[in-house]
Amino acid sequence: MTALESAKKIKAKFGDLISEPAEFRGEISVKLADAEQITAVCEFAKTELGFNYLVDISSVDNYGDDPRWTVVYHLRAIVDGAEIRIKTDVNEEKSELPSVLPVWRTANWHEREIYDMMGIRFSGHPDLRRILMWEGYPYFPLRKDFPLAGKPSDLPGVAFTKTAPLEGGPFVTVAGGKDAISREPRIRNPEE
Amino acid sequence: MATVQDIEVRDSAARTAAAADELQDVQGEKMVLNMGPSHPATHGVLRIVLELDGEIITRADPDVGYLHRGDEKIAENMTYTQFIPYTDRLDYLAPLANNVAYALAVEKLLGIHDKLPPRCQYIRVMCAELARISAHLLGLGAFAMDMGAVTVFLLSFTEREKIYNLAEAISGARLTTSYTRIGGVMRDLPPGWLDQCQKFCDEFIPALNEFETLLTRNRIWVDRVRDLAVISKSDAIDYGLSGPNLRGSGVEYDLRKNQPYLCYKDLQFDIPTGAVGDCYDRYLVRMEEMRQSARILEQCIKKIPGGADNQTNEPVNVADGKITLPPKQKVLSSMEELIHQFMLVTEGVNCPPGEIYFGHENPKGELGFYINSKGGGTPYRLKIRAPSFVNLSIVPKIFVGTMISDTVAILGSLDFVMGECDR
Repeated sequence: MTALESAKKIKAKFGDLISEPAEFRGEISVKLADAEQITAVCEFAKTELGFNYLVDISSVDNYGDDPRWTVVYHLRAIVDGAEIRIKTDVNEEKSELPSVLPVWRTANWHEREIYDMMGIRFSGHPDLRRILMWEGYPYFPLRKDFPLAGKPSDLPGVAFTKTAPLEGGPFVTVAGGKDAISREPRIRNPEE
Repeated sequence: MATVQDIEVRDSAARTAAAADELQDVQGEKMVLNMGPSHPATHGVLRIVLELDGEIITRADPDVGYLHRGDEKIAENMTYTQFIPYTDRLDYLAPLANNVAYALAVEKLLGIHDKLPPRCQYIRVMCAELARISAHLLGLGAFAMDMGAVTVFLLSFTEREKIYNLAEAISGARLTTSYTRIGGVMRDLPPGWLDQCQKFCDEFIPALNEFETLLTRNRIWVDRVRDLAVISKSDAIDYGLSGPNLRGSGVEYDLRKNQPYLCYKDLQFDIPTGAVGDCYDRYLVRMEEMRQSARILEQCIKKIPGGADNQTNEPVNVADGKITLPPKQKVLSSMEELIHQFMLVTEGVNCPPGEIYFGHENPKGELGFYINSKGGGTPYRLKIRAPSFVNLSIVPKIFVGTMISDTVAILGSLDFVMGECDR
């Protein structure tokens, strides 16, 4: 079954909740209007349409727009290699959608990563802890309002202690106890 | 009046019961052992918290993230071309393959991934296969060394050294190659490179046969890795494993065959799969993949358009001034090329709005890039689907019930790189 046929079957099953399949560079995407239904849609795609392999879950921060979050699921049928992308929006007040862990167990770490990086919670996930950042880290670093330079946290600045030989040059990291904004040349604000 | 002694001395039934209780306490007592993050068998900075009942693991909780650099955040703040050096540092055992994967992802967004010049496709395939051999050699060498077979590690590094020399000849760097560009490669193959590559293939197969004599039928090796950490077909798919770990469990899925990209359609190679899904199968699959990679390399050397010194001037870059940098002489003499050069360097390659996912068969598994573009020279969101990250997520399942001395064997057979896992 091709990806387009599968997308049409999902649309036939869930009706208005599913958008018309969009094609870009040969990839088929559908959008789910109600994030609460994501587990049901994924379950249907897996059991009825053979999408037994969850490639990846990504998240996008549409900063400034409402709803703020988009969660993107990449599904694949190992048998014939058909791929489909399911997207769903979650608003900022809620920042929560059901976990697809009951459908594919690989979702476990993907969902933990999204929670860690974006702060979107997955209800029904048994072990929603931070995975890349450390437990107790106060921010969600992949959000668009989180600066590239980072924010000060309780960890001491142990990384830069000695003066570099070319210090003072335009492309040289400034050593010393200051924050990353003054340290790293790439992120210095041009107007300063 | 009862004395103190009367109360403390119990009858024989009570004593037996108390002794049984104590014994049960000793047997049931679990010990928590912290393995890593700095441990020679964790190949980087992986920390695993093990709960042990005697020597048997009852729970394992991998703790990743010690090497997190925020690559995805960095990617949002620079042009597509500027991100290429960061891909060297994902799977740092196969930087050439990462370069190819990333370039193909951006080219898919641009819609030129199937319009690449044939010579460029062959060069990229050779890069990816050399990287595969190099990564598998290190994976196997380290796997064997953790089991106590140090000789294999030393021998495999002799072969890897030759691959590093080949990488140095094409890109100038041994490790941080950054060889690909959006729409092509940095430069054409240097003179004599194909001969060197052929020489490597000729020497590599006998060397690989030698490794096999050291391991494949080695009684100690087979006893240690056979029937260990069996991953069933359905579990492998359910946990999203990819690469040799997926094929070791008997799932015949390889992106080079199932979703062919570059010129893999024109090349003959087989996809090895395992029968049981244990550590031994994963070892055998990697061994055979190296032979197949050498086979692909030899075909590429024969079939590459333009041949060794490119007498026919086959292009290696897409002929589009808005994607690849123009030749330097033209920049200095022609207005249009000057503008193209200026726009490409300052603004980056102008990509259309849209979103794509491209998965590349990397040595460790499927390295995927999801790019969400709102147009312009920088990605709005770039997600890296790291095979090592996904492959490691099965650790809590397969570790349970194995012995503590098996942990190094299982980790070696999963063959992960933390630079890619933590991004």
